[in-house]
Amino acid sequence: MSANPQLTEDGRLRHLLTLEGLPARILTQILDTAASFIAVSAQERDVKKVPLLRGKAIFNIFFENSTRTRTTFEIAAKRLSADVVNLNINASSQSKGETLLDTVANLSAMQADMFIVRHAAAGASHLIARHVAPHISVINAGDGRCAHPTQGLLDMYTLRHYKGAFHNLRVAIVGDVLHSRVARSQIHALTTLGCPEVRVVAPRTLLPRDVQNLGVHVFHKMSEGLRDVDAVLMLRLQNERMRGSRLPSAGEYYKHWGLTPDKLKLARPDAIVMHPGPMNRGVEIDSAVADGMQSVILSQVTFGIAVRMAVMSLLAGAGATGAQT
Amino acid sequence: MPANLPSPDSLIDALAEQIAPHITPECALVGIHTGGVWIMEALAERLKLDIPRAVLDIAFYRDDFSRIGLHPQTKPSHIPFEVEDRRILLLDDVLFTGRTTRAALNLLFDYGRPAAIRLAVLVDRGGRELPFCADFVGLRLELPADEHISLQKNDSDGLHFVMKRKA
Repeated sequence: MSANPQLTEDGRLRHLLTLEGLPARILTQILDTAASFIAVSAQERDVKKVPLLRGKAIFNIFFENSTRTRTTFEIAAKRLSADVVNLNINASSQSKGETLLDTVANLSAMQADMFIVRHAAAGASHLIARHVAPHISVINAGDGRCAHPTQGLLDMYTLRHYKGAFHNLRVAIVGDVLHSRVARSQIHALTTLGCPEVRVVAPRTLLPRDVQNLGVHVFHKMSEGLRDVDAVLMLRLQNERMRGSRLPSAGEYYKHWGLTPDKLKLARPDAIVMHPGPMNRGVEIDSAVADGMQSVILSQVTFGIAVRMAVMSLLAGAGATGAQT
Repeated sequence: MPANLPSPDSLIDALAEQIAPHITPECALVGIHTGGVWIMEALAERLKLDIPRAVLDIAFYRDDFSRIGLHPQTKPSHIPFEVEDRRILLLDDVLFTGRTTRAALNLLFDYGRPAAIRLAVLVDRGGRELPFCADFVGLRLELPADEHISLQKNDSDGLHFVMKRKA
């Protein structure tokens, strides 16, 4: 049994559950593989798909709604010629009392090869990964506040695309870090890939208490946190995950923490602005920034498809036993 | 192992001579990564060709993915011209089972319907498992199935053949 449940005994990617603990070798392999998949979506192709996962059945199991993430996984799977089944579980069997593992056992009996799981509870995809048959891989598409590894990877792809490398980057992650699984995945990936300065910029009420243990520099003022950074990674204000009053109001949040053109001027002139979407315009980000020259937000979406294709094909190939010729 | 294998450069000369009469302005060269790409560059230089060129990586079209997984170093394919109605000269270093050729044809057809595809290889070493034969061949060999020949390139002495016997 391998120490990391995400890796096979010979060190190949078996499941993708979290970026925490994944070696730089694997992260880089995913990013490099994604680069070759970019061309599959190119206009010059009549057929915008490759036959790599022909005959494989991929189940998108979403216990929590997310149209965008589900759609990008679906497109990625279809560009690899897989068959995709979408299931919104909160609307079906769970409401009838079926347990998570019963749901998965039933889907396995339908000859699934891969599960893509979104769940409000942290660790749901880990639990599923522990119980699936050996030929089935699990991808975590977001679990609670815990992890959203493919988002973290596509952010790394975007950073590398625009900035070339990680070893000389100063990156600011801004906003609701407390409720953000995206922030956790970004921090793990950035530190593993050798980014020397990862900053988190947020009000005290939106930071986890142990945030310093993640190896980041903490800032409580935009005027200090954004200074001279190469990239600003905005987070969505997670209204739906807020309990109680951690914030005065959306307007007040915008005034202090919203990314405006003026605040962006503190960053390096060639800094890029990223956001995982969906954006709350006028809350965490000003439209002039979101649609401005430094925004690479729509590129993130495009790269996200290639990154998910890379993850799926590496997982599907991990069960292969023969030698490479 | 054949004691006196001709040098790759002399075989490229032979191939260039065969190909030259068939090159027209509608033609395009397509090299299969990596050996085919080296041959493509060498041919274009020898024949001073001014026709479009493309690079194919067939990793996503291999028929052994479920057995061996994804190739560790995949490169993007780059076809900077319309494949539709194009006369294509497909280039590879070694023709063996024919499986690489099959994958390359499928890849090209995902870009469009070419007018014609011709296959040129530096070495045809026999051992076909699929019904392909090359239109232009630098050297024909009959190697045992466990013998492996490949084209390599390094900075000091350029292109050379490497022979290996499989364990």
